[in-house]
Amino acid sequence: MNALLAAEGLSLHFGGVAALSDVTLEVPEGSLLAVIGPNGAGKTSFFNCLTGYYRPNRGSVRFAGRDITRLPPDQVAALGIRRTFQNVRLFPRLTSRENVLAGAHLRATSNLVAMLLGTPALRRQERLLAEEAEHWLAYVGLAGRGDVLAADLPYGMRKRLEMARALIAHPRLLLLDEPAAGVSSVEREELADVVRRTWESGVTVVMIEHDVELVMRLASTVAVLDRGRLLVQGPPEPVRQDPRVIEAYLGRRQR
Amino acid sequence: MRSWRAAAPGAAVALAGAAVFPLALGSTYVTSVAMQVEILMCLALGLNFVVGYAGMLDLGFAAFFAIGSYTSGLLAVDAHWPVLATLPVAVAASLLGAVFIGTPTLRLRSDYLAVVTLGFGEIIQNIVNNLNQTGGPEGIYGIPPLSVGPLTITSTTGYYYVFFVLVVLFVAVSYRARRSRLGRAWLAIREDEDTAYAMGIKVRRYKLYAYMAGSVLGAVTGTFYGSAFVAIAPPSFGFNESLLVVMAVSMGGMGSIWGALLGAGAVVAFPEVFRQFAQARLLVFGVALVLVMVLRPQGIWPEEGLRLGRLKQSARRATRQLTHWASARLGAR
Repeated sequence: MNALLAAEGLSLHFGGVAALSDVTLEVPEGSLLAVIGPNGAGKTSFFNCLTGYYRPNRGSVRFAGRDITRLPPDQVAALGIRRTFQNVRLFPRLTSRENVLAGAHLRATSNLVAMLLGTPALRRQERLLAEEAEHWLAYVGLAGRGDVLAADLPYGMRKRLEMARALIAHPRLLLLDEPAAGVSSVEREELADVVRRTWESGVTVVMIEHDVELVMRLASTVAVLDRGRLLVQGPPEPVRQDPRVIEAYLGRRQR
Repeated sequence: MRSWRAAAPGAAVALAGAAVFPLALGSTYVTSVAMQVEILMCLALGLNFVVGYAGMLDLGFAAFFAIGSYTSGLLAVDAHWPVLATLPVAVAASLLGAVFIGTPTLRLRSDYLAVVTLGFGEIIQNIVNNLNQTGGPEGIYGIPPLSVGPLTITSTTGYYYVFFVLVVLFVAVSYRARRSRLGRAWLAIREDEDTAYAMGIKVRRYKLYAYMAGSVLGAVTGTFYGSAFVAIAPPSFGFNESLLVVMAVSMGGMGSIWGALLGAGAVVAFPEVFRQFAQARLLVFGVALVLVMVLRPQGIWPEEGLRLGRLKQSARRATRQLTHWASARLGAR
């Protein structure tokens, strides 16, 4: 299978602290890769390297064969990569609808004269986008909440809104940073359902997640990071039972 | 603007009232104050693109006002151009200034950007104050009145209507912009610049666009300003003036069109209304400003709509804090 995303020898350090050490992994197109590992393992740093927020000290990132290591975040996004953030970064004083529409920035065309005059073509484009925004709000279970300010939404809904904002861009690759963290079990099921449906529609998904049960259920492949290094990558069940993985999470048993 | 539909009937009444009131009232003083309000409204709507939509602190907006005024004034007085013909040149000059200053500086973090824009304002004011060609400290006088077709506008009431049209135009442009892809990109940058990148938004470029949009509105306002007042001089384009525009936008509510209008009204009206306090006029103005920011930090009419509930809440909270403070002081005696 083709690797949609390939990280090779990725190393990142901040002063003396090695956030990532020689991480090499491949994300096959159409797969759902779960990235797991203890806190501080470098998972979010990994995402930041992939999306141009951090520049790795060594190594490369290739997307659909193209080197994207040094690209800034907006150019990475333009290639069809979208992400959500661990601490949910929405646009607080904008409504849910406006947040989702912001995600569609690259889908619309821009023309100053048309905007000033309000041409029919532009109106039509805006109307279509608005309809699509409604569709994605409904997709993540936020139908009817288009006019609520993002800051006024409860936590679980904010996580879902962030996904809708990413999905309206029709990404090829979706990076989710702890999509189910900090939500109730009901919310977690709904979020998991959104992730599953998204993956089934053909989007390649990479998901950082702590919830082992969720990972077992959804992931087609799992990669484990520990202290900046890739421990193992493979199908869910074997990885879960790998002694190195267990040791990383639980520590070595003292005899 | 979320509250648009709800405000529409009120807006229509206000619009109609504003349209007839100079004729009805017949007082030149009130009309001239109203015209000043309109001028500040225009400037506030221009700054609103920079501060309100894109979230960049600009403390030198008067620079664009000056560039527009002086470019237009010079062409009209020295080269005898009709005022309307000077408009595109004034706008072009202002845009050039915006691109020249904006390109290297808009990447700066907010406080540093504020200082640079302040510097730009000072530079422009100093240039026009010191150049002979711009009339030095005395400025330019004898700026011809505006002629639109057969009509030549010479009265205060006439210019009241000129700026009235300008305000309506600027409001329309602001409204369109906010609901467009351009406006959404600006708002995203304002709310969370780093995340805006993740949407594919070319942040630097869009910040420059906001700065340019502001410069256009400032220059247009400046062009008509010259005709309205016949003479322009450096003191009208200083830091104080830039600050008044910032006050109008922030007191009114950042990013809110209604807010910019109301804020401009408040900033011009307060000192006029407080004239009865004579010497204490500006002190009372200062106190009023502080009160507004304490009781209503989000502005008079913020973007998210006129939420009066919060006003009562903040009034209650402020009163409680004041009471605690007072009793603590008195109790300590």
